[in-house]
Amino acid sequence: MYDATKIIIGLAIFLVLITFPFWFSIASEKSGYVPELKLPENQDSCVESKEYMKALHMDLLNKWRDSVVRDGNRVYVSSAGKRYQMSMTGTCLGCHEEKSEFCDRCHDYVGAEPYCWNCHVENAQEGN
Amino acid sequence: MLEKALKGGRRYWTLIGVLAALISMGLVAYLHQLSEGLTVTGLSRDVPWGFYIAQFTFMVGVAASAVMVVLPYYLHNYKAFGRLAILGEFLAIPAVIMCMLFVFVDMGQPMRVMNMMLHPSPNSLMFWDFGVLGGYLLINVVITQITFGAEKKGVPPPNWIRPVIILSIPWAVSIHTVTAFLYSGLEARSFWMTAILAPRFLASAFASGPSLLIILCLIVRKYTKFDPGKEAIQKLAEIVTYALSINIFFVLVELFTGLYSHIPEHVHHFEYLFFGLEGKSALVPWMWTSQLLAVTALVVLLIPKFRRQERILPFVCVAVVTSIWIEKGLGMVVTGFIPSPLGGLTEYWPTSPEILITLGVYGVGVLILTVLYKIATSVREELEVQ
Amino acid sequence: MDESKRSFLKMAGTSVLGTLSVACGSSAVGTPGQAEALPGGLSAKKWGMVIDAKKCLKEEGCSDCIEACHKTHNVPKIDNPQEEVKWIWKEKYEDVFPMQAHPYTQLGLKEKPVLVLCNHCESPPCVRVCPTQATWKRDKDGLVMMDQHRCIGCRYCIVACPYGSRSFNWSDPRRHLNTDPNPGFPTRTQGVVEKCNFCAERLAQGLKPACVEACPAGALVFGDLEDPQSEVSLVLKEEHSIRRKPNLGTGPQIYYLV
Repeated sequence: MYDATKIIIGLAIFLVLITFPFWFSIASEKSGYVPELKLPENQDSCVESKEYMKALHMDLLNKWRDSVVRDGNRVYVSSAGKRYQMSMTGTCLGCHEEKSEFCDRCHDYVGAEPYCWNCHVENAQEGN
Repeated sequence: MLEKALKGGRRYWTLIGVLAALISMGLVAYLHQLSEGLTVTGLSRDVPWGFYIAQFTFMVGVAASAVMVVLPYYLHNYKAFGRLAILGEFLAIPAVIMCMLFVFVDMGQPMRVMNMMLHPSPNSLMFWDFGVLGGYLLINVVITQITFGAEKKGVPPPNWIRPVIILSIPWAVSIHTVTAFLYSGLEARSFWMTAILAPRFLASAFASGPSLLIILCLIVRKYTKFDPGKEAIQKLAEIVTYALSINIFFVLVELFTGLYSHIPEHVHHFEYLFFGLEGKSALVPWMWTSQLLAVTALVVLLIPKFRRQERILPFVCVAVVTSIWIEKGLGMVVTGFIPSPLGGLTEYWPTSPEILITLGVYGVGVLILTVLYKIATSVREELEVQ
Repeated sequence: MDESKRSFLKMAGTSVLGTLSVACGSSAVGTPGQAEALPGGLSAKKWGMVIDAKKCLKEEGCSDCIEACHKTHNVPKIDNPQEEVKWIWKEKYEDVFPMQAHPYTQLGLKEKPVLVLCNHCESPPCVRVCPTQATWKRDKDGLVMMDQHRCIGCRYCIVACPYGSRSFNWSDPRRHLNTDPNPGFPTRTQGVVEKCNFCAERLAQGLKPACVEACPAGALVFGDLEDPQSEVSLVLKEEHSIRRKPNLGTGPQIYYLV
């Protein structure tokens, strides 16, 4: 290979730079950080299981959106047989009253900026 | 072939620099519009479409006009257009890209543009417009790649490209017809609700497009070593003459039905355009200028002695392009909204952010055109030397 | 073409196809639960409304229906009339019914304010032109609905509406909400179109449309046009009614007693 030394050194520098996020956070001992979520006091379970909600709450919300807006069906019968109104402001925020102490904790950490709240109202009262 | 665009003289790089500056300014203005909303434009509840959509409408015409070169050359073997064809096709590509950009910058929620593809709506002409524009872009990219690539290598192009080229002819007509249908099927807007809108669009496209192409050919001849040919340019001028006379005829025909029948819905819009309505007359000087330019240009073009003078040709062509740009852009789109469905008379004028963004989009188009023309002329210059 | 180029392209093509099919498969995740309609909602085969312009404006300057609607739905109050957002408002008789007014119209009628709102047409041009189906006509009851999540803000529907019923959010509407928003309904965001939704969310809860409920004069009557015993059907049978721009073939479902 021509210029072998230069290429290998270049590749090594590239690998170091590209893996920066990984080795830097391990080295600075921040990799174990888990956002602290304030859970609702009066409820012991969400609309669906914790595992489901952690992974798929956006899927659920998208289905809720289509169901309410496009199909006109506002009641969700969960896998446990309980009935909930499909409403972000009313149902979700009904329990998770302070968005900044629950939703935002993880969203801010991972840099997700859901724009739902540009329209949906943040006060947790009867609502959508 | 792109490497041909990376080598150029001082004039070439100055042009690229100016265009880059124009594009950057447009981008900054667009980011401002994204954050503040379309309130930064002159649009309003009564006039929801304005400068951006007007430019879109005009550029669809320019894009479609490539057919005026393709048809004689490929379908009727008009050899004089041989050197010209690529320039016409290379004009269509940035024209279509500009069309798409103009619609994009007009959208209130541009991040959701994919919804048009995720939720296809064949009932909507806008869906079809995007389909045919996207298809036309693809067709022209493929045609130019294959034919010009073959020419560069000095071999004839593969046979399968011929049906694609023939397809581009009705497809070109369709893009502008579908754009006209965007307007002419709306019961809400009496100004556009006329069967002659699609023919008018095509006639004005075939007058303004080839005029623009003539101007570009004269520029190419002046600044590069490539000469598209005097006969080809003359033939284009003849095409412009026919198209322009038909376009003026169509305008007169429209004026007749409106003014003779005296139906208020038909008369009001023309009254607004040419005389003003209730004191609102912002477009009146523009419309009279447009008609004057068109008629003067037609008279000059009809006289063979003048049409053949290549020194006069650029001015005549600028007159045609300006006249039709005013007529299609300002005169057609905005007037559909004046008066509004509830009788309101809200005038419209573009604001500075709107103009900057528009210039930015034109900058992108002209940049692509410059690069493509640089490639075409450089390759042709080399081939001629051989 | 080179043999190696060809085999590379074949491999690349197959991997792209493979990734796409996996991606498509994984997006078809359903929820573990089911959806149902809210019990006790009002339903109809074809919603319609009668506006009795003779009863309206019993009190001069009354705007109770407008205020109720705009408060319920967090409609912003924008000062610039060129950028207003309005779901229901008043226009002069001669502008609402341009083909009815004539040089010798009954005194005072031409300038009389008449309520206008979305007509929830039978053949809505706005639905016809929407490129994303962000607006559609509901099969079950004929309401013309809006999906603010899907709207791309192209404003084609505004161009197509012969009645001027639709408004665009030229800027962030939350900057123009004078009071705290009603948490029972979302606000909208900049860049989308909105219009009267016939209070579909209230109908689903068994409530009357806000404007109907708020009217002190009983000038607004709504109901199922396909139910011959509904209030709206009975009124239409008894009284002479007209519609806006009937010649356009849109089939508006708001009827006026003038």
